[in-house]
Amino acid sequence: MAKSQSKTAADASVECKSRRDFIVVATYAMGAVGAGAFVWPLVDQMNPAADTLALASIEVDVSKIAEGQSITIKWRGKPIFIRHRTSSEIEEASVVSQDDLRDPEGDEVRAQKPEYLVVLGVCTHLGCVPLGQKVGEVRGEYGGWFCPCHGSHYDSSGRIRKGPAPLNLEVPPYSFLSDQVIRIG
Amino acid sequence: MSASKFSNPVVRWIDHRLPIFSFLEHEANEYPTPKNLNYFWNFGSLAGISLVIMIVTGITLAMSYTAHVDYAFESVERIMRDVNHGWLLRYIHMNGASFFFIVVFVHIFRGLYYGSYKAPRELLWMLGVVILLLMMATAFMGYVLPWGQMSFWGATVITNLFSAIPFVGESIVTWLWGGFSVDNPTLNRFFALHYLMPFLIVGVVILHLVALHRFGSNNPLGIDTRGPQDTLPFHPYYTIKDFFGLSVFLTFLAAAVFFFPNFLGHPDNYIPANPMQTPAHIVPEWYFLPFYAILRAVPDKLGGVLAMFGAIAILFVLPWLDRSPVRSARFRPMFKIFFWILVIDCIVLGYVGAKPAEGMYLLVGRVATVWYFIHFLAILPLLSVIETPRPLPQSISTPVFGGGGGLAGAAAAPKEKV
Repeated sequence: MAKSQSKTAADASVECKSRRDFIVVATYAMGAVGAGAFVWPLVDQMNPAADTLALASIEVDVSKIAEGQSITIKWRGKPIFIRHRTSSEIEEASVVSQDDLRDPEGDEVRAQKPEYLVVLGVCTHLGCVPLGQKVGEVRGEYGGWFCPCHGSHYDSSGRIRKGPAPLNLEVPPYSFLSDQVIRIG
Repeated sequence: MSASKFSNPVVRWIDHRLPIFSFLEHEANEYPTPKNLNYFWNFGSLAGISLVIMIVTGITLAMSYTAHVDYAFESVERIMRDVNHGWLLRYIHMNGASFFFIVVFVHIFRGLYYGSYKAPRELLWMLGVVILLLMMATAFMGYVLPWGQMSFWGATVITNLFSAIPFVGESIVTWLWGGFSVDNPTLNRFFALHYLMPFLIVGVVILHLVALHRFGSNNPLGIDTRGPQDTLPFHPYYTIKDFFGLSVFLTFLAAAVFFFPNFLGHPDNYIPANPMQTPAHIVPEWYFLPFYAILRAVPDKLGGVLAMFGAIAILFVLPWLDRSPVRSARFRPMFKIFFWILVIDCIVLGYVGAKPAEGMYLLVGRVATVWYFIHFLAILPLLSVIETPRPLPQSISTPVFGGGGGLAGAAAAPKEKV
């Protein structure tokens, strides 16, 4: 009698242990889910807010830019260079052999309409703003832009030709809404 | 040696040089805790967790807040509308402040009922009063930051309290403001101090815990523990109990945040601050109402301010006002009655503080104010002389017959098992 009693007690303790283990694991899991649900808002609040995202795309009227002239506009906190290129600049940009380029890319890929070149005015080396937008500024050896920070030369298609920068000036996502107006972003 | 407690060699290596694991083992794991603590002893850990919640949500809110009179209100509205989960963080912070005070008030009244302020825990109690004062200052300055009408006029009224100080009052108020009215310099310094003070509170909380762990928790019987038979290791017995209490607390907090987020707030604070017009009826946040009632009960500027600060200052000397050697109200029949009268008195003060200071409200407020001070200054010293306490049990484990109260039942339970 005593034997059978101890046996049932042992069975009960085994069953109790597995049941208890389940409860413990389930509790930890719920706790982890709860902690995650609390931590996510704390992390996500640092992502761009709704009003920041609302300003993420802008429209620009490019018809006012005279041939040979450049304008700089601010998009997502960074400068965008829009240059109305002269026919000689377009010519220069399109005849370059791909073998001479560090980051080979055809001019026709970079400019949707050859007259207008739209690039992000941020040097791909360490993020300075290159010179060459204003009349009289140094445009570098290839007639595009020149970054004064560490001496990177860009051509009239915004491609890196000389200096430490690894890549061409980035072309932002943009589209022509009409012949005059482009939307960036 | 003690380092051999840990089997993990990395833990052992670190612990030998920096005994952080031994410390945690001693203070958070094996820490002997009276085995008869009731649920009122949950509120200390709840207060600590509330502080952490307030600091975490506060730091994230500060990332999107602008401390400038022209932008503060709008930056708070931007948090509510545009910042990802900003509404959630702000509502947790806003309601968290109220819940923090609820928890701390329960914690304080638990200490009053069970005599937790008596020797050898006087400094523990006084550090708690310091935390209360820091909390009040922090909460007041936090309420100014949204720069609504209540923020502005609350700041004006409370800073003007200091003008009651003779001779230097006006200079002090100008110094607090950094100008000739509550304005941009005031808002900037309040933001700086509102960010600083929670960390001062953390420092005092650490001292509070060091003082607590010197003699351990008081308990519902108010008698000292006499050995291992009277205690349980903190982990897992009280960690699990604290976690259970926490889940109940968070349920209430979540209910407030998601269903009644503005219940405890005041709609006037959603009107941008206007220095040219005071709202018709200004009231402080609910947790200040009893003190506000005391301020208004005294028909003298300096007297009112002194009474209000005195209501808290009196708590510092409480261990020396109540000279009865018996801690727990369970064994003090007269003290127990007066304790509940004090609770009602504080609730009445809070109610009166929310009402206009006129007619019956003023009269009731005055009676309640006088009673508050009589309780501490006259009744407590008197009780320690005239009251005959009921016999104390030998120890937490020893059954007591006749006069043990709840203990008789506790003693009977193990008997049935045998």
